Amino acid sequence: MSDLVSKQQAAVTLAGDPFSPTRDPHHGHPPHLAHHFETPEQQYSSAKVGMWVFLATELLMFGGLFCAYSVYRHNHPEVFEFAHHYLDRSLGAINTIVLITSSLTMAWGVRCAQLGQRRGLVLCLVLTLIGGAGFMTIKTIEYHHKYVEHVWFGAGNRYSKHYQGPSINEGPFGGHQSESALRMTEGERQEAAADKEMMAPTTQPTESFGPAFVDPNAGTPDESKIKPTQVIPAGLSTRVRPEVGEEVRYEDLPQFEKDRVSTFFNIYFLMTGLHGIHVLVGMGLITWILVRGARGAFGPLYYTPVDLVGLYWHLVDLIWIFLFPLLYLIH
Amino acid sequence: MSAITPPAHGIGLPVEREPSPPRGDNYLTHSRGILSWLFSLDHKRIGIMYLVGVLTAFLIGGIFALLLRTELLTPGPTFNSNKAEAWTFYNHCFTLHGAVMVFLFVIPAIPAVLGNFVLPIMLGAKDVAFPRLNLGSFWCWIGGAIFFTYVLLGGILNASFGWHLPGGYGLDTGWTFYTPYSTGQGPHAHSTDGTIAALLGVFILGFSSILTGVNFIASIHMLRPKGMGWFRMPLMLWALYATSVIQILATPVLAITGLLLLAERVIGVGIFDPAIGGDPVLYQHFFWFYSHPAVYIMILPAMGVISEVISTHSRKHVFGYNFIAYSSIAIALLSFLVWGHHMFVSGQSPLANAIFSLLTFSVAVPSAIKVFNWVSTMYRGDIRFTTAMVCAMCFIVMFTFGGLTGLFLGALSNNIHVTGTYFIVAHFHYVMVGSVLFAFLAGLYHWWPKMFGRMTDLAWGNAGALTLLVGFNLTFMPQFIMGAKGMPRRYATYPVEFQGYHVVSTIGAYVMAIGLFTIAFNLLHALLKGEKAPANPWGANTLEWHCPSPPPHDNFPVEPVAGDPYDLKSWQWDEATKQWVLDEQRARTVAGTEPTVHHH
Ligand code: HEM
Ligand SMILES: [Cu+2]
Repeated sequence: MSDLVSKQQAAVTLAGDPFSPTRDPHHGHPPHLAHHFETPEQQYSSAKVGMWVFLATELLMFGGLFCAYSVYRHNHPEVFEFAHHYLDRSLGAINTIVLITSSLTMAWGVRCAQLGQRRGLVLCLVLTLIGGAGFMTIKTIEYHHKYVEHVWFGAGNRYSKHYQGPSINEGPFGGHQSESALRMTEGERQEAAADKEMMAPTTQPTESFGPAFVDPNAGTPDESKIKPTQVIPAGLSTRVRPEVGEEVRYEDLPQFEKDRVSTFFNIYFLMTGLHGIHVLVGMGLITWILVRGARGAFGPLYYTPVDLVGLYWHLVDLIWIFLFPLLYLIH
Repeated sequence: MSAITPPAHGIGLPVEREPSPPRGDNYLTHSRGILSWLFSLDHKRIGIMYLVGVLTAFLIGGIFALLLRTELLTPGPTFNSNKAEAWTFYNHCFTLHGAVMVFLFVIPAIPAVLGNFVLPIMLGAKDVAFPRLNLGSFWCWIGGAIFFTYVLLGGILNASFGWHLPGGYGLDTGWTFYTPYSTGQGPHAHSTDGTIAALLGVFILGFSSILTGVNFIASIHMLRPKGMGWFRMPLMLWALYATSVIQILATPVLAITGLLLLAERVIGVGIFDPAIGGDPVLYQHFFWFYSHPAVYIMILPAMGVISEVISTHSRKHVFGYNFIAYSSIAIALLSFLVWGHHMFVSGQSPLANAIFSLLTFSVAVPSAIKVFNWVSTMYRGDIRFTTAMVCAMCFIVMFTFGGLTGLFLGALSNNIHVTGTYFIVAHFHYVMVGSVLFAFLAGLYHWWPKMFGRMTDLAWGNAGALTLLVGFNLTFMPQFIMGAKGMPRRYATYPVEFQGYHVVSTIGAYVMAIGLFTIAFNLLHALLKGEKAPANPWGANTLEWHCPSPPPHDNFPVEPVAGDPYDLKSWQWDEATKQWVLDEQRARTVAGTEPTVHHH
């Protein structure tokens, strides 16, 4: 950043008491300098510090989810290996590229704002928005697949014990012979059919978590589901890793692992869902600075909002870069 | 700026000679009307609004504490002869009491009220770094608090008076929201509708806490005045900084925990509930990963207040400044490593238990360092028994009890004996009430003249504080004994041999109430009838005392120059004018600064 730019840099106007009778927002200061700051540099750096600290809180918040992911993956590695085949790697990879590209255009936009290139800024922000929208579209397509394949969250997941399958007349996967359904082994298909037989007659109450439902496994682990030779603490599985290079198949999973398959999808939806919300928020913010930028609000003297939104967008991007391999590329 | 050349503040020029601001122009009288308060960006007004909110929460929590203690007067049901109703009532009451006290009183009390008020002034700044964010944080607090209290209180009112407040579900999980109580399988299913709303409340309150933390960190980094390096900051600022670090690192974990519980309740995602494939122990890990550091969100700012009060009212430079400053940071970091001491009996591995136990002991080291330093500060000091000082001394003793019993609890073999008993209840009340509440009162008494420009009455204040001390110990000392003898917590009923302890404890609670009302009366009396306070009634040297009482809207017209915050010897009592006068020459020598000429 050139000396001039850094010297003259100013930040969002964060002060100014609207009720002060003697209100005079500028009294000779640079236009964007809030009266409680001494210099524009101080204001700019404060905004930066604040934003970085806020980003740290975002990381910690996702950290909780990453932690839940690690616990369940560590305890049920084969479940994760099996279930992740439902995710579409190519769509995930495309989305990764889309998001990285949008980060590039965002960074470029910040540069344009610093140099006062209004049209460049607008172009970059529009491209970034398109990137965000593209990401969300692809994500929606993926979610839709999960929905029609009945690997939705909660009781909408065909592996869940509380699954209320579609009516028995439909195909094994709700009438949709989707690609990943076709990829299933014969064993899985039988298993699914068996599942359906159990669940389909809708003997279950419609409110699947209502008080009427008594879960046999609630509270203590059901010893009968654990092989007697393997004494393990509650909630932990013993690993039944297949030979190296061999795919995990549903029918090879012990029953208590089969019961856990839906957990993968729950975690998948929680992680990508929270991330998706962040993408949407980011798009809203970008729209805001796009409108302001188009009106010429930013230039070498003042571009803090563009900078801060840029930081936020890069964080959202970064989180996806962790999510993609953790969810899609499990080995 | 006005035509009059604004005077420089701080070490440069003493307050006494400064032309007093136009009469009535302070932050309280600066603008009028309720809206000018509700939407004020002035950190001082925001602090005062938090004060009103936090005290309201304290009143509600306190009323329910008295109800709980009254129910415990007899081994059977006391209020209601129908046992089932009495027990439900009791469960709802202790949940409300605990949750309101923790989330709405102890956590925000010192940072949001005293921190907001004094932090920018101590920095010689006009406001916090982000005044709008500060107001936003306040509104999050109000929104979250109303939501939260409504749900909890609504349940109790509906059940007790047959009302039909919509959404008044009530909650009986305890403030810890443990699964599976909170996820609603089995007998608890009916009560968990309240969980959803209460968790949303906690989530919003969490935002308030995070935003305040962000604001304080940015302010301390960016707004320090000339002459104030990190090691020239008042210890209150170190404490608030350390607190903010915990707030921003721990609170998001509470937020995600709340979201996961919500997801579990609303869309049936099984992360914590064993009935749908979740792991309840994971919930406990998540919860305590936030909530243990949260106990330091409560105690660290309290320790900051105590450092200021002890030094000022002993008229002595604080002893071991660096140790106190570093120990705040050490506590903040260590507090993230000990959460497992709440889960010694949850079935976590013996190795984890041993490690958590060891780390728990290590937290005691920086805590003890502080106690030693405060005592050394008082040693041979010229102690003034102001109400602030009396409260601070109560703090030191009560905190010693609380901290030492924390060590008993950190010892594994002993913990297994007393966990889940009244011993725990006594331990955390010694730290949360005996310590944090006393520190909050010490801070209120110390800064009341600054906040409102009025002095409090010494005799009534001290009487209130001592009554509170007696009541407090009557209430909680017997609980250590009962707990060690096996009286479990969170029960409305008990074997008759415990009745003696319970009766003493209940009497103590009423004595506490008397003490607190005396204090409330004393503070209100000062507001209305108190003697006018000078700018520096205690002869203290942190920057807020270099600014008029109450401070003007902008605090300082020109950024002041900071000196040594604990250079108390440079302020001498002038018998003739009855006020503290600054010996500038000495102050400058001590600070090693020359007066700076300001151009503006
Ligand atoms: C200084 C502020 C402190 C606060 C506000 C505080 C608060 C609490 C609270 C609320 C609990 C009970 C949790 C529950 O069961 O619901 C607790 C338990 C505990 N505290 Fe503290 N504490 C403080 C200091 C300490 C210190 C200094 C130590 C040890 C060095 C300590 C050790 C423990 C232990 C081991 C437990 C777990 C007891 C159990 O449930 O088995 N605490 N504390
Ligand atoms: Cu703890």
